[in-house]
Order: sequence, then C-alpha cells, then structure tokens
Amino acid sequence: MSKLKLFLPVIIFFVLAIFMWRGLYQDSRTLPSVLIDRPLPEFQLRSLELGDQLLSTADLPDEPFILNIWGSYCLPCLQENPIFMAAKDQQIIPIIGLNYKDRDESARNWLEINGNPFELNIIDDSGRYGIDLGVYGAPETFLVDANGVIRFKHIGVINYQIWEDEIMPAIAAVRAGGDS
Amino acid sequence: MKLFERMLGLSLVCVLLYLAFPVNSHAQVDVYDFETVEQEQRFRQLSNEFRCPMCQNANLSSSPGGVAADLRREIYRMIIEGQTDTQIEEFMLSRYGDFVLYRPRLTTQTILLWFGPILFLLAGIWIGWNVIRNSASRKSPTRNGDGSVTVANNSHAVADVVISAEERKRLNRLLAENDLPTNANDMTGR
Repeated sequence: MSKLKLFLPVIIFFVLAIFMWRGLYQDSRTLPSVLIDRPLPEFQLRSLELGDQLLSTADLPDEPFILNIWGSYCLPCLQENPIFMAAKDQQIIPIIGLNYKDRDESARNWLEINGNPFELNIIDDSGRYGIDLGVYGAPETFLVDANGVIRFKHIGVINYQIWEDEIMPAIAAVRAGGDS
Repeated sequence: MKLFERMLGLSLVCVLLYLAFPVNSHAQVDVYDFETVEQEQRFRQLSNEFRCPMCQNANLSSSPGGVAADLRREIYRMIIEGQTDTQIEEFMLSRYGDFVLYRPRLTTQTILLWFGPILFLLAGIWIGWNVIRNSASRKSPTRNGDGSVTVANNSHAVADVVISAEERKRLNRLLAENDLPTNANDMTGR
C-alpha cells in the first residue's frame, strides 16, 4: 500500500499526460452532430432551378445522396467544388446543394463560372433551415440514406484525402446498410 | 492629506466595483421590439447563456458570427411566441447538442465535469490530513537495550535508522570536534 502511495504522483502524471496528449489532437472546432441517425428535417423551400415552386423532403432522391451546404461567398466551397464535379462525372452519388444565406443571383453566377455539380439547389437564404440542420457555416456536408435519414456529416472543406478516406467509406456503408 | 486619502479610497472602490461587475462591451446590437420588460430580460439572459457554435468562445449575445445572429432571431421569435426557457433550450439542444450550453446538463457524461472539482477537493483534504497526521505521529528516537538508538524514519521508503553504541560514540566525537554543543544522547531525550 505504501509502495502504491509512493507511485501515486507518477500515476497522476501519466493520467493527466494521456488526457492532455489526446487533447492536442482533438479538433474542438468541429462539433459532433446531434442529427446523425435522425431523419432530415422537413422544409418548404424554393430552389435555384424550379422558380417559386416550394420543395420539401419528398422532392429529394429516393437513393442515398450528399447534401452540401454552400454559398458563393464561401472560399472553401470553391476548393471542394472540383471533387463534387468529379463525383458527378463518375456518377458516384447524387449531390444536392443547399445554398446557405446567399443571394440567388450570386449563386447562379458562381455555378456558371465554377461548374455545377448539384442535381438541385435548395435555397435557404434566411439560414433558418440551416439551424434545423445544426449548420454553423458553409461548407458542411451531410450523407443521407435512401430512407431520408442522416448518416454522416463532415464539417469544413472536403479535400481528395477526406473524400477517399471518409466520404467514400461512408457512402459504401450507407449503401450496404440500405441493402440489408 | 485626509482628503487625498479619501479620494484614493473612493477610486479604489470604483475600480473594484468595475472589476466586480464587468460590462459586456462586445454585445451585438439587434433591434427587437419586446412586449414586456420580462421578455427582453429573458432574451438577454438566454443569448448570454448559449454558446455560439461558430465563434466558439463567445456567447450568442457577443458573437458577430452570422449563425449567432440567426439564433438570436430564433430565440426572439420563440420568446414572442410564448415558449418557455426549457422549450428554447430544447430547440437549441436538438440542433447543436450539449455544446451550446455554457452550463452543462447533469448527465452520465458530464458527471465528472460537475463533481470533479469536489472530488479533487476531497482528495486534497485527504492528502493534507494524512500529511499532518504523519508528521504529528513522528516517533522520537528510542534507546534500545544494547545502547543503540533507533530513529524512526518518517519516509515509508527508508527503513528506521539504528545507531549502534559505537556509532553513537563516534557521532559524539565528531560533534565535539566541530565544537557543536549537541550530544547524540540528546536524541533520546523527551
């Protein structure tokens, strides 16, 4: 017992060291989403493509799809656009855009200049739907399964490595889950 | 001189008061009309208590972030609609999770967060008490039958020191050489 007491400071040191070591590599800027495994919240919103017609979750694909929160003001969105363009060309997965707190005209210009990887662009100009999604800034990317349930979320820019290491496996997992 | 001292005292009180009640000088300015003062107070309190998910070290009332303004607008809407504070908290929690609360809920995950400080305090008291008790029970050296002296060592790692009669004589000699008044036999005193 007295031997144990002698080593107590060393034990405390190591416990603290482990916690702090882990803390070094924890990204506190990305919040875990509470919406994982919950259905995509309902909405009644316009789209860039269909004029004043209001769309709802029923207008979204019946298969797994990516929901990307973007804006023409958002520089990282420009960075990840080529990845989505490539995904569109290779027909990997349908990508739906949520044009977040943007102006319609700026959004259309942006898509014209940089390419449009989105099948559909839902307009959330007030940011109200973004709040329902727990969004706090573009870009954020959700993966929704065939039943309309959110299965995965990535906060921040997607680069090729993240696409290969995180998004593609998540897509595979969602597809596998849908078959069973 | 008396006046000077009074002025000094008064300014000191002012400084202390200023430090005691820090003014939130970074509050964002929104123009909202409230029906009652109570609604306005609730709005201020709620936007002070929720943390902005974007500028993570700011509350909603002081964050310049776009989403913070949106969330303040939602809080305003819910207050005007007559929703309770609990309903508003539930709204925030179901979208942004526990993160938005500056005052975390008591759950199995946060139990250490809530009671950790008390735990550490108790551990500190326990350690302190042990240290005091140990030093109080420090044994005085005892003279053994064969003329040697045992000095009980307080450290748990080192065994008690036994000085034989011969060593005691040598110690006395050394002490005498150094002209010190102490006699090793004094160690057995009391």
